[in-house]
Amino acid sequence: MHVSPGTRWFLRIGTAVTLAFIYIPLIVILIYAFNESRSQAWPIDGLTLEWFDRAVNNPGVRDALWTSLKAALGATAIALLLGTLAAMAVSRYRFFGRETISFLIILPIALPGIVTGMALNATFTQVLEIDLSLFTVIVGHATFCIVVVFNNAVARLRRGGTSLEEASMDLGANSWLTFRHVTFPTLRTALVAGALLAFALSLDEIIVTTFTIGQDQTLPIWIFANYARPNQLPIVNVVGVMVILLSIIPVYLANKLSQDPVGAPTGGAPAAAGAAGARG
Amino acid sequence: MLLAGPVGWLLVAYLGSLAVLFVASLWQLDDFSGEIVRDPGLQNFKELIETPVYRDIVLRTVLIAALVTLTDAILAFPIAFYMAKVASPRMRALLVVAVLMPLWSSYLVKVYSWRIMLQNEGVVNWALDPFGLSGPGFGDVATWLVFSYLWLPFMVLPIYAGLERIPNSMLDASGDLGGRPWMTFRRVVLPLALPAVVAGSIFTFSLTLGDYIAPTLVSSTQFIGNVVYSNVGVANNLPLASAFATVPVAIMIVYLLIARRLGAFESL
Repeated sequence: MHVSPGTRWFLRIGTAVTLAFIYIPLIVILIYAFNESRSQAWPIDGLTLEWFDRAVNNPGVRDALWTSLKAALGATAIALLLGTLAAMAVSRYRFFGRETISFLIILPIALPGIVTGMALNATFTQVLEIDLSLFTVIVGHATFCIVVVFNNAVARLRRGGTSLEEASMDLGANSWLTFRHVTFPTLRTALVAGALLAFALSLDEIIVTTFTIGQDQTLPIWIFANYARPNQLPIVNVVGVMVILLSIIPVYLANKLSQDPVGAPTGGAPAAAGAAGARG
Repeated sequence: MLLAGPVGWLLVAYLGSLAVLFVASLWQLDDFSGEIVRDPGLQNFKELIETPVYRDIVLRTVLIAALVTLTDAILAFPIAFYMAKVASPRMRALLVVAVLMPLWSSYLVKVYSWRIMLQNEGVVNWALDPFGLSGPGFGDVATWLVFSYLWLPFMVLPIYAGLERIPNSMLDASGDLGGRPWMTFRRVVLPLALPAVVAGSIFTFSLTLGDYIAPTLVSSTQFIGNVVYSNVGVANNLPLASAFATVPVAIMIVYLLIARRLGAFESL
């Protein structure tokens, strides 16, 4: 396509400005984690690793990290099981209400997080009358993590087609054998990718967590409780970098595993929305 | 059989909860005991409409949501167009990942980073100082900036996908017929990309409506989310919080209906 030099330069500059806008805050927080001084003034005085040491040995941070990992693993396990089952049902069988299921699964991420959080909070405290705890956090996270696993699995199943499974059945394998030896191997990497994304989503979620957690603290909740305490700020910076790494590394791995970029626009907008739901 | 698990889960955990939310918004708080009285009535909604402070909060939230949507559309267009039409395939793949990664990286940390940058002795004031300027500090401007920052990738990706679907030949044809770049953009690109922009705006709008973290960290003004949050936590007025939580739902339903008319759902 022909693009005039002037337009080309305009687009290049626009792209550069937007990328700078996206990355500068992430770079700034990374630099602050190594800030020698307790003061948060810019430019920083010097670099040190001291705060990483302090953060790792801080009991509050340790507990929060542990709680975050337990919640993320629990939510991922539930999402993996239910997301896979729903994906197989929707892409392999025709039944009444099939379209409704896809809509239902996307709903938790289409509405603002505060609505999901508030709705779950009202249900737990008023109707079920159970105390808010790690368990309720896992339930809350699982509702929006299912969609990520579901999307990845559905995309893979759709691409694979059904001929291999039909061949397996024709050769006399029952449903379970077919699943174990034909369907599951083709799904495996998609499921791992989905699980990694669900893990990352759960790990840095704060809004649904706030409404479903009791006395415990996850890492984001810990940050939210400490960001206004001046002498905790150096550790908050380090925990911030920890959370970024703990969520970006799984997403990076998931991208490597799946054949198309995770959350890419074509057919992946719901996946992008997955991130949205967990945030908004 | 396969479906019993997931569907049961969603019905109970999600739809059931939404139903409870709507029912709870009709309950009320006993002024003396502070206990929740389960008599259905519309007084929460009455309070919501008649209290000037609450009305202002809803207006402020919707106004900022609209501004954020506009800002993101302006910032997203050049990079999306560059990705879709100008960049080499290698560059394109790189840019998609570059836009995608921050989308998944910690949302709270990004807001916190803006707090650090916008503070008095922060990066923003330091960078503007040589020009004799100073940053916006904390407040509504900061909130607008942070929301625009947070939701930008949600606008870039749908617009990129939408632009990719426009055949190059159409743009060339406009150029061959004498259309200058601006004319081509206004008469050809923009109308064809509009559904994609609306699709992106669903995210930027909806996410702003429900958020309370960003205003808490970089402003002292209240948004819809703050009211819900403080009524659950501090005031312990669950019915009023529930009533307020239905406001974004109502606004989003209207918004989605308009978006559907504009053909945005095909671009999702």
